Amino acid sequence: MSVTLDDVRHIANLARIAMSDEEAAKLLPELNNILGWVEQLGEVDTDGVEPLATVVDMAMRLREDEVTDGNCRDAVLSNAPDAEHGFFAVPKVIE
Amino acid sequence: MSGLTDKTIAELRDGFRSGEFTAVEIAEGFNEAVAASDRLNAYVEKTPELALEAARAADAAKASGDLKPLSGIPIGMKDLFATEGVLTSAGSKMLANFKPPYESTVSGNLKAAGAGMLGKLNMDEFAMGSSNETCAHGNVISPWRREGSNAALTPGGSSGGSAAAVAAGIAPGATGTDTGGSIRQPAAFTGICGIKPTYGRCSRWGIVSFASSLDQAGPMAKTVRDCAIMLGAMAGFDPKDSTSIDAPIPDWEAGLSSDLKGKRVGVPKEYRIDGVPGEIQKLWDQGLEWLRDAGAEPVEISLPHTKYALPTYYIIAPAEASSNLARYDGVRYGLREMVEGGGLHDMYKATRADGFGAEVKRRIMIGTYVLSAGFYDAYFTKAQKVRALIKEDFRKAFETCDLILTPTAPSAAFGLGEKMSDPLAMYLNDVFAVPASLAGLPAMSVPGGLDDAGLPLGLHLIGKEMDEQTVLNAGLAIEERAPKIDMPEKWW
Amino acid sequence: MVSDYRIQGEQGEYEVVIGLEVHAQVVSKAKLFSGAATAFGAEPNTQVSLVDAAMPGMLPVPNRECIRQAVRTGMAIEAKINKWSRFDRKNYFYADLPQGYQISQLYHPLVGEGEITVSPDEKNPDKTKTIGVERIHVEQDAGKLMHDQHPTKSYVDLNRSGVALMEIVSKPDMRSPAEAGAYIRKLRSILRYVGSCDGNMEEGSMRADVNVSVRKPGEEFGTRTETKNVNSVRFVMQVIEYEAQRQVEAIENGEAIVQETRLFDPNTGTTRTLRSKEDAHDYRYFPDPDLLPLELDDAFLEECRASLPELPDAKLKRYEDLGISAYNAAVLTAEVETAAWFDRLLATGAEAKDASNWVNSVLPGILNAKDVDFADPRNTPEASAEILAMVAKGEISKGQAKEVFDLYLDEGGSPADIVEKKGMKQTSDTGAIEAKVDEVLAANADKVAEFKAGKEALFGFFVGQTMKAMQGKANPQVVNEILKAKLSS
Repeated sequence: MSVTLDDVRHIANLARIAMSDEEAAKLLPELNNILGWVEQLGEVDTDGVEPLATVVDMAMRLREDEVTDGNCRDAVLSNAPDAEHGFFAVPKVIE
Repeated sequence: MSGLTDKTIAELRDGFRSGEFTAVEIAEGFNEAVAASDRLNAYVEKTPELALEAARAADAAKASGDLKPLSGIPIGMKDLFATEGVLTSAGSKMLANFKPPYESTVSGNLKAAGAGMLGKLNMDEFAMGSSNETCAHGNVISPWRREGSNAALTPGGSSGGSAAAVAAGIAPGATGTDTGGSIRQPAAFTGICGIKPTYGRCSRWGIVSFASSLDQAGPMAKTVRDCAIMLGAMAGFDPKDSTSIDAPIPDWEAGLSSDLKGKRVGVPKEYRIDGVPGEIQKLWDQGLEWLRDAGAEPVEISLPHTKYALPTYYIIAPAEASSNLARYDGVRYGLREMVEGGGLHDMYKATRADGFGAEVKRRIMIGTYVLSAGFYDAYFTKAQKVRALIKEDFRKAFETCDLILTPTAPSAAFGLGEKMSDPLAMYLNDVFAVPASLAGLPAMSVPGGLDDAGLPLGLHLIGKEMDEQTVLNAGLAIEERAPKIDMPEKWW
Repeated sequence: MVSDYRIQGEQGEYEVVIGLEVHAQVVSKAKLFSGAATAFGAEPNTQVSLVDAAMPGMLPVPNRECIRQAVRTGMAIEAKINKWSRFDRKNYFYADLPQGYQISQLYHPLVGEGEITVSPDEKNPDKTKTIGVERIHVEQDAGKLMHDQHPTKSYVDLNRSGVALMEIVSKPDMRSPAEAGAYIRKLRSILRYVGSCDGNMEEGSMRADVNVSVRKPGEEFGTRTETKNVNSVRFVMQVIEYEAQRQVEAIENGEAIVQETRLFDPNTGTTRTLRSKEDAHDYRYFPDPDLLPLELDDAFLEECRASLPELPDAKLKRYEDLGISAYNAAVLTAEVETAAWFDRLLATGAEAKDASNWVNSVLPGILNAKDVDFADPRNTPEASAEILAMVAKGEISKGQAKEVFDLYLDEGGSPADIVEKKGMKQTSDTGAIEAKVDEVLAANADKVAEFKAGKEALFGFFVGQTMKAMQGKANPQVVNEILKAKLSS
């Protein structure tokens, strides 16, 4: 499979990265090169193999239902590019 | 006080405890060396006052008989670890001014063990790179040079600042992180030691995520013993990380022994067939000889799927990264780029276009693509299946051996700029390192000697899950037998 | 039960096909993956941890109680509980989604197929329909955006961010707004019985995504639209009515139905397109690598099962078996508080049918007239039990019962004391009544003769005279019986 310039633009949009036509054009062969290379995995017979999502072979721990965190608004907002009245502020969203 | 910065962590610790020098003298010595190291660009943020503060506490602790394992030792911190109130940029413009209101578990463990912090160490942006050329702060320059050449070399990556700092004597030890070789390859390139422990040994809490199922912190230092000391302080169960392993931490330093009698060293036959450069092959053979000399028995093993490890990694790591890096959106912290008259999504796009460098964008794009509708099974699920086969390869291999020896990297350090135009060539640097990352196994690079150009080469040891001790011990056996590497003369 | 709800188009009749995805907020003190509090109505961003704000390097650790509540909910709808499940990331960008992904469960949900039996016609609760539940999974809620605080900015409050939700996905089994309404009411009732969700739709504890399509009966499913975040039963029904009508009109105009997300406007009762097509979503789900598979052991499941209360259907059946009418039983079991109240009443030994009639037909009238809430502390089942016991013993009449309760609400104390104090107690002492009856009959021999000659209307006269002689305190039923016996002898 190889990607097209339209694919590159589509992916960039999904990833929310603004991209000029020149940048997209430059990225196109790079992506195809990498994707072509990883396609060698097609050689591997993986029939019946369970996909491995984590190497840790244990059940997940669960925490108790206790309020142990939060109530730290100053810390939460301390690096905000724009915070007003205890909120984060962003450009107006029209739904 | 001169000479202090050449010492190992163990030597500094012991000299401090015996009263040969004070912790403040150590800290001042390193602070001075750090201040005079700008040409290396290893530190992105210097914190001499923090190093001194810890040193004063160490001297006081010594007086009151209240010493901690790392009292008196200042270290360098990779800029991927969140450090409370101190710049944590992950090598990215995105976080150029980010001062976390929290401390990572690992850096906090080191602090609690008495260690001071000299500063934050440069790295590839978001730990994505093998040459330290992708960072927003400019690349690190290795203290190493080829014989008869002044050409600037890479210290490797992504923990290149950490590697360069230890090699240049501007930190006795440093933290690194390793997702697909980011501790081991730079350690090999700079003639130092570095160990990536079993996945789950070190908490990931507070380490800026690259690829969650692979990221693991570890120490980088001049000697195997130093690595054992540091790892002992860094590792430990952390309930805040769901992937943290709840198991006791052995006293690795106390367990050090270069006697390998009864240990079987596996050498994967597929690696030999696949053609390794002569110099590297020679080092590998030599390494095996050293281990045999230490009492180990070489055995041939088969890791049939590890040749697919690199492409597998380059699907899984970017996929996880594309999601992990989605939080950098300009809303709550970090860079924000506004677009005149634009809305929220324009802000996202402009922020991420400006805040991320080329390699990070490339990986986000690859990761986004392999997870997208219609390609998920063909790429991502397929890679997860191959990952299962690779893990299974190791499991089988460890039925007939106790550790595995390979080279760390297919070459010595290369020149800055040499591989930046070809991402694939750059990725191949991690061909030997990545399989252990995919399987979550402990793995270490120890110096094996110098190549013809006088540059360090590393040997790579992979151990069984949770068996860091055997890895360290084999590393010690090599260290005791390999030619002593003199650290590069100061030119910076 | 087959719904006969049809949309009449110009080109024939259409059937509406409905599926609901209900997001129910799990009752827990702390969030799904962080230790921040979940309470409603806090100051903005005060119930936010660094994990909830998705600071770099922050990691999720799951809350046992949230998992437990979802499992109990699954058990309550007879669903398959998956002992092995996993969390996935749903990736998309929005200002209320700090991580840039929502931790949810796509590939391996916690709860599999179950079912809910509903009664779409409230007047005929015996007519039921079983609606399939596809799955229940656990996921994080998003934060909240406020658009009206600033002319050019939206404000982000992350207090809700990371609160645990259950997403309960129905099969497309509903065929009318009434069925959808009944499904949500029943689901809400079950959740409240189980205690896994408070069901408070005004505070957003339950919201529904409404999937609607239309088709000619017997044909394949049509293309569906999804109307997001509808927060009342009435609105869900309005959405269905509007969407069904809109889609039929579109089809008959030769337009294709677009599979899209829509937004409901409660002011107009209409829906509109929420997001444009060019921004089509590709959520790139994949297993969350910060988490491990969720594995549940038998002891955990056993505790979940053992802690389940009697559920609405079982309770309803029990009430019906006690002789309570289907309608009354349905009303009594709909709200968990009412049912619990009624069970306390039954526990006093009250006769079930009389008690149900009292609670359903008598009590509401008295309470309404006084503007007293059912949940008012004065309205104890014990007070009703005392009154019902006095009625049963014939100490007061049914008419007096109302009066006693009314006085009890005003004056407090115990209903028995009120009856005593006010001298309202009526006697069922047959000897005393018989003596008075004899006096009355003897004093009115002429009327007795008339009665026996066929003027049966005089019976009421005798009753009245006897009651007067008893100063109103005779049990009318006993009076009737004695009179009947004496007059017919």
